[in-house]
Amino acid sequence: MIPSTLEYTKASSIDEAIAAVQAGARPLAGGQSLMPMMRLRLAAPGAVVDLGGIAELVGVCEDGDEIAVGAMTTHRAVAADPLIGEHCRVVAQAASGVGSLVIRGRGTIGGSLAHADPHGDLPAAILAVGGAVIARGPGGERRIEIGDLITSYLTTSLADDEIITQVRLPKGNGRSAYAKFHRRAIDWSIVGVGVAIGADGVRAAATGVADRPVRLAGFEAAINGGASAEEAARAAGEGIDPTADLDGSTEYKRHLAGVLAAQAHQAAQG
Amino acid sequence: MGQTITVTVNGTAHTADVEPRTLLVHFLREQLTLTGTHIGCDTSTCGCCTVHLDGEPVLSCSVLAVQADGCAVRTVEGLSEGGELHPIQQAFHENHGLQCGFCTPGMMMTALGVIEQNPQASDDEIREALEGNLCRCTGYQNIVAAVRSAADQMARS
Repeated sequence: MIPSTLEYTKASSIDEAIAAVQAGARPLAGGQSLMPMMRLRLAAPGAVVDLGGIAELVGVCEDGDEIAVGAMTTHRAVAADPLIGEHCRVVAQAASGVGSLVIRGRGTIGGSLAHADPHGDLPAAILAVGGAVIARGPGGERRIEIGDLITSYLTTSLADDEIITQVRLPKGNGRSAYAKFHRRAIDWSIVGVGVAIGADGVRAAATGVADRPVRLAGFEAAINGGASAEEAARAAGEGIDPTADLDGSTEYKRHLAGVLAAQAHQAAQG
Repeated sequence: MGQTITVTVNGTAHTADVEPRTLLVHFLREQLTLTGTHIGCDTSTCGCCTVHLDGEPVLSCSVLAVQADGCAVRTVEGLSEGGELHPIQQAFHENHGLQCGFCTPGMMMTALGVIEQNPQASDDEIREALEGNLCRCTGYQNIVAAVRSAADQMARS
């Protein structure tokens, strides 16, 4: 299908992009979520502003005790980045499994977060390490923790005239891993779990079990309290109530969350 | 309201007026009549429409033609040179890497991307890299064999 009529501009700076967004344009990052939605007419923006020409939105660097990742950095670049691999391996692993080779070459970390798909892998991986985003609007910049960014299905707390410029990943999460289950290689995760073993204990976050990525409090409490991974896996379903659908029942998804959390925890130790 | 773009496709610069909503795949097929690039789905699932945009394999159904302004596009028609089959085409031919051929243009363009990104790709890596390209005929064995053979051939030459 063909998207509905739209105006297209390509921004060469963040300010230019924000001006376009203020005027009503929808930001177009890698286009791997928005373009399919536009083709199916699930989204019909009257104007889009392409962020692909803004050099300062691309790249990864160290900034104090965090890694700063430009919002337009592709999944492929995130997956291969040595800094992210060293300090936040779970994020690199999640990026390496998004979609297919062609999608990873174009899809971006900022786009994934702004799209906020309830089965997205990156939001859960970034929640597991306690990451955040920097959003910029006409009034300036603000920091939004990932737990406060995604508020429901495909919904974020970004204002209409804000764009994500950077993703902030705290160092010290090298011992971390991502595990997911899906039926075909290119499918969205039915459930995916990121686990990070940090200085203040184990954090686990899941995708596919709620309308947003959520911490697996039951698993975390059990494993941090000295339980075995097997026992903690059984506790992973506490406090989550995944919606039953064609992919499986609520109970099945709770079970998956536990199995995947234990797998990721095991892998995180290596 | 149209926008004027210039896209270099398989080495030839084309300047054209396009509606901003035109997908790259429609521009290639309908305005340039390069129908080698196929459309197999509406959900970014099949990989049939894979082309190279500035050397990167992309789904041409997920890129607007206006986004390709100033860029170089390579389609399946741009694989062979001087009447000689590209090593990937030759390998698909020799290994019977296709039956109906519908997925083949996308399969070959992804294969080229895999080989360029990872010339030493193992069979497992080749399989994983082709995960976004659906084939409903071959069962993939011969496709993987073809990409393996092409990678080896290209490494030698």
